[in-house]
Amino acid sequence: MLHPSHFASVVVFAICASVVFGITQRETPRRMVRYGIYCFVLFVGSAVALSWAMYLIAR
Amino acid sequence: MVATENKTVAVAPEAQSGFVYLPLIAGWLVPGAGHFLLRKWGRGALLAVSILGMFVLGIAMQGKVYANAHDILAMLGLAGDLGNGLLYVVSRMMGLGADTVQVTTADYGTRFIVVAGLLNVISAVDAHNLRTGRKI
Repeated sequence: MLHPSHFASVVVFAICASVVFGITQRETPRRMVRYGIYCFVLFVGSAVALSWAMYLIAR
Repeated sequence: MVATENKTVAVAPEAQSGFVYLPLIAGWLVPGAGHFLLRKWGRGALLAVSILGMFVLGIAMQGKVYANAHDILAMLGLAGDLGNGLLYVVSRMMGLGADTVQVTTADYGTRFIVVAGLLNVISAVDAHNLRTGRKI
């Protein structure tokens, strides 16, 4: 049984989802890569930002 | 040439013959197969690795594979799982995944399996758009 950390789970999820979003939502390879990276940064960035927000609210 | 809402794209000759829904159905049943049928090898391989990877990781995390829809959340989960096509059928036949979620990582695994199904549906629709010439 696999027990990844919360952050590892977020990163793996973001990589897989970003690859699919990039390929399916854009038409040229260059734009696919750019959109994939954009989605990845948004996925991980929003998870980190929300985590800090919840941490600060809980204190 | 096929006119779309905002633009006009050229349709490849090989995309104008045969059963138009074949890439959609193949892509749903096997992740990436729709793109392979259209000879988009690179895109198909990346989609297959991403979707299969998410599904396998979800199973490895002892995620739940929905078998029935006894409430609205289970119904939505089942709809997402069904997007995995044959992966869902095989996992049900082999009894993979957990019946109940007991640890946090298993909850993540459940989401991985559901999202893999949803991403597979997006991928299959993309293959259909390539087939009809709506997308290059």
